[in-house]
Parts: sequence; C-alpha cells; structure tokens
Amino acid sequence: MKMPLGRALTLSLLLLATALFLSVAIGSVRIPLQSIWSIIAARAGWTTVSPDEAGMFSTILLDIRLPHAVLLLLTGAALAGSGAGYQGLFRNPLADPYLIGVASGAGLGAVIAMSIRWPEDLAGLYVIPAAAFIGAALTVIVVYSLARIGKSLPTTTLILAGVAISSFATSLTSFLMLRSNEQLRRATGWLLGGSLMSGWQPVIALLPYVILGLAALLASGYALNVLQFGEEQATQMGLPAERVKFGLVLAASLTTASAVAFSGIIGFIGLIVPHLVRLLWGADYRRVLPLSIVSGGTALLIADLLARTVLAPQVLPVGVVTALAGAPFFLWVLRRSKNQGYW
Amino acid sequence: MLRIDDLSINYGERVVLEHVTFGVESGQVVALVGPNGAGKSTLIRAVSGVTPIKSGEVRIDGRLLSRLSTMERARYLAVVPQARSLPPAFTVYESVLLGRTPHLGWLGRTGPHDHKRVKYALEHTQMLSLAERYVGELSGGEQQRVLLARALAQDTPVLLLDEPTTHLDLQHRENLIRLIRDLALRKDLAILMVLHDLNLAGLYADRVALLVSGQLQAIGNASEVLTEAQLSRVYQMPVRVIPHPDYGTPLVLPDGGGKNLS
Repeated sequence: MKMPLGRALTLSLLLLATALFLSVAIGSVRIPLQSIWSIIAARAGWTTVSPDEAGMFSTILLDIRLPHAVLLLLTGAALAGSGAGYQGLFRNPLADPYLIGVASGAGLGAVIAMSIRWPEDLAGLYVIPAAAFIGAALTVIVVYSLARIGKSLPTTTLILAGVAISSFATSLTSFLMLRSNEQLRRATGWLLGGSLMSGWQPVIALLPYVILGLAALLASGYALNVLQFGEEQATQMGLPAERVKFGLVLAASLTTASAVAFSGIIGFIGLIVPHLVRLLWGADYRRVLPLSIVSGGTALLIADLLARTVLAPQVLPVGVVTALAGAPFFLWVLRRSKNQGYW
Repeated sequence: MLRIDDLSINYGERVVLEHVTFGVESGQVVALVGPNGAGKSTLIRAVSGVTPIKSGEVRIDGRLLSRLSTMERARYLAVVPQARSLPPAFTVYESVLLGRTPHLGWLGRTGPHDHKRVKYALEHTQMLSLAERYVGELSGGEQQRVLLARALAQDTPVLLLDEPTTHLDLQHRENLIRLIRDLALRKDLAILMVLHDLNLAGLYADRVALLVSGQLQAIGNASEVLTEAQLSRVYQMPVRVIPHPDYGTPLVLPDGGGKNLS
C-alpha cells in the first residue's frame, strides 16, 4: 500500500525546505554558515546582531537571494501543478505546459504587455501575469482544436500542434523583444528561463495569481479522477464534464501564466515532476496535485542551484538545465507509454 | 420506472432514432437487439444524458430527465458502457469507488457506506480478489466486470448496459447475465440491456425490443419478437428459430449452410 498522503506531503515539504535553504546559502558570494544562521536568527527576533557585522550579507541573503528563491519556488510549483492539471485534463502523460505550447503563449502575452509599457511600479507588475494568462488560455484553445481528432487527443497531434504554436509564439516574442524598448531588449536571458527582475516586487505581484490558480487546481483533484474515464463516462457518473473541463483549462492556464510571467519559459518541470509523483505515490489526482506542487518547487530550486554552480562563476539559464535533464526523460516516458498503459 | 416517449435523434441530416417509444418497469429486464448501426448505442447515450434530446421525452420515476442535473440523473441511472480502455493506473477498487461519485460531495469524501457498497459490487462481480490490481493489467473480460461493478456501486434504480458480454467467456457471460437478472428481481431494478446475442436475450429478458434503422420494429416477449419471418427480414439472411429444449424460449440459428457450402 502506498504511503499515506500526510506522510508523503511532510517528506516533500522537508525536501523543499532543504532545497530552499541550499538555494539561499549557496551563491557566487561565499557566506559562511555562521552568518546565515545569525541573520536568520536576527530576523526571527531570536537574537540581535550588530548590523555592521552582517550588513552586506544580510542584503544579499534577504533582498536578493531569498526573493529569487521564493520566485523559483512559486514558479516550480506552478509549472508542476499546471503540468499535472493538463495531463489529467487531456488524459495524456506527455502534456506539459512547455511541450503543448502553452508556456510560449503565456510568454507572448507577457511580452506584449511589457512592450506596450514596461512595468515601473507594483501596479504595472500585476498586469504581466494577467496578460500571460490571456496568452496561455488562447493557446490552449488553439492547440486543443488543432490536435483534437474526434473525441480524443492523440499524443502525436498534441505534440505537433504544441511545437507549431510554440515556435510561432516564441518567434513573435523574440521579434517583439528586439524591436521593443531598452529594458525589454536586454531581457533576452529571461526567455530561456531566468528572472526578469529581482527583489520582492515580482514575488508580491505573482502571489495572488499563483495562489488562485493552484487553489483551483487542488480543488479539482476528484473531478480529474472522474475525467480519466472520458467525458462520456464522466457524464454518466454524474460529473458535468464540459463545465469542469472549462474550469480546469482556466485554472491550469492561470497557473502556467504565473510561472512564465517573471521566470520565462522553463520546460520539462511540468512533465517530469507529476510523472515521478505518480510513479511513487499513485495516480489519484488528489495526491498527485499537492505532491507535484510541492515537489515542483524543490525541483526548480535544485535545477537553479545546478545552473549557478556547475559552470561557476558562469550562470546558465535554468531552462537549459531542465531541458538537458528533461529531454531524455521525455523520450523515456514516450517509449514507456507505448508499451504499458501505466501513467 | 424508465419511460421513453417519441424519442428522435438526428446527427445533422442523418436520422439515427425515429419516434422510439417504450418503457422498462422496475424488476424487469428489457433486451435491446437489432443489426449493427440500428441506433442502440445512440439510444443508451441519449437516455444517459450524453447526447442532448431535442425531440421526445425520457422520464425516470415520472421525472423528466432533461430537468435533472447531471448529478441527479446519475443517481437514477447508471451505465455499463461497451468495453473500452479504462484508465490503466487506477486499481480495481479505486475505479469502482469512483462509481459513488453522484452520492459524494465535491471533494469526493467517502464514508463507510460507500466502501460497503463497493465491496458488495466487487463480491457480486467476483472481483474481490482482484481489488488491488491495476486496471491496466487486467484482461478485457475482467475490465468489463470492473465497469459492471462500478455501475453497481453507483446504486441506481435503473441500469443501462451496452453489450456487457462482449469479452466474456461462457462461464463469465452466464454469471453476468444471471447476476443482472437476479438484480432485477431482488433489487427491483429496471434494466435495459443492449445485446447482440439473440439467444441470451431469449433466455434472460422479460421483453425484447427490436430496433432496426432507428425504428422500434417490435417489442414484446421473446417468442413474439424473435420469429423466423421477422429476423430473416431484419438481418437479411435465412434464420431458423427452434424452441429451447429445456426452457421453450426461442433459439435463433443462422442458416448460412454451415461447413457444407453448396
């Protein structure tokens, strides 16, 4: 019998906390463990520390690294959550916001908003994820209509449509960025997966969208289970299938948009994490969703850690790391899903 | 209990069902038979709410189906679909438990009554020993029984079955049909069953409904409907009907000539 959800969740949260700590502790500037501890203690109000001693470290830790880590955490959680959502919705183990083109659509939405007006303040920042959401939702609709054959969504057409739309959206995005205002043009690194801007502001702007999207997905766990039997049987079992699907598309698109808005296009987290979660803990979406969300945060933090340390002092875009790990994994899943039906 | 009145369904220009009218009483098994493409599956889909009904009425226990919400309808009516691919990653138990959906809240919280119901369903379909197996590992016949168990767990007064015996061997087929008969009698269920096997229909159904090209050509007891004249016309081939040696019900023997093709 599989591990009960409570225990699995605790374990995942512990891993997440560890990853978060490592992400904050490790960086280009070496901060001794002692200082980290005393800064945390000071912030928590347990002890007092003279500001001179920890001044610079404090800034790096709390104003640069921590918000960056939290942003990654939210992004990873959103990517894995929406990946699990799309896989359940399309009943296809290869649905991942990146592969099906939704992430690119979200990126395009975000860039359009940014090229119209570069966000100068918090209010401006709130607009970005909303624009990304519109891009994501439109992309899902287009990809779904392109890829659908009768009542089913075959893997081949899904990936093909995703690739096509993704290429189109990414090219348009690059074009807009090059043509655009100064700040946007310099942000090409963002496209491959990297922070668009630093500090706490993007985190604050992102929070309501991520929370809303993930909450909606979490609430749909049982409905996703029923949907695995197909719309016809789901209706016969009492689920208003069309309505539920629509709600899921909105929730998953909002979540994807949140991930892409400030962190760029990072692939394969939405594919790998839900898969591993299913392998370890079963196919019940009431477990897959929360565990994917937590593990997604962990995964992206680890990927980012690798991106920053593997070629130190050079920093790789985190999307490169996830692609290097993700592409072989994707091929493995593809092979496996041809033989077994197990996903 | 189930009343279908003047039901007509079109897919664009194509007429699939025309003015179909009949009923199924509680405690009764009605077998729906007819050639391929007659509209039998469409009828099941329409009655179960998958295909919208624009012309005609379907009532369950006097209530208009179109007025019921999807969930309410699922409390009245459960469907055992034709064997098709089930989600492979759920266990048998999990799959059957999902049959309780119309009785559960939004989050799918189950109580002891739900689990008792699932056990009952698994016992009656001889699936208890396979309860923890993954559906993806089962044979076609076993998957068919999972679908039946799920419908039983749904605990409804009306049961619709679309060719439930397709993948089953002799023993399991007989067990299943007898179970269905038994349910009709003991639990007072109204059962509408699409069958290809006319002999099973003759043996186990209270009434047989013959659907041809979307029209209900005949309905009545087996001996009235399964006649040589009617069947040879409908299936466009010579047919012999003889009485069953023990039960007297009609046995349909297609008369293609056997091994001696002259």
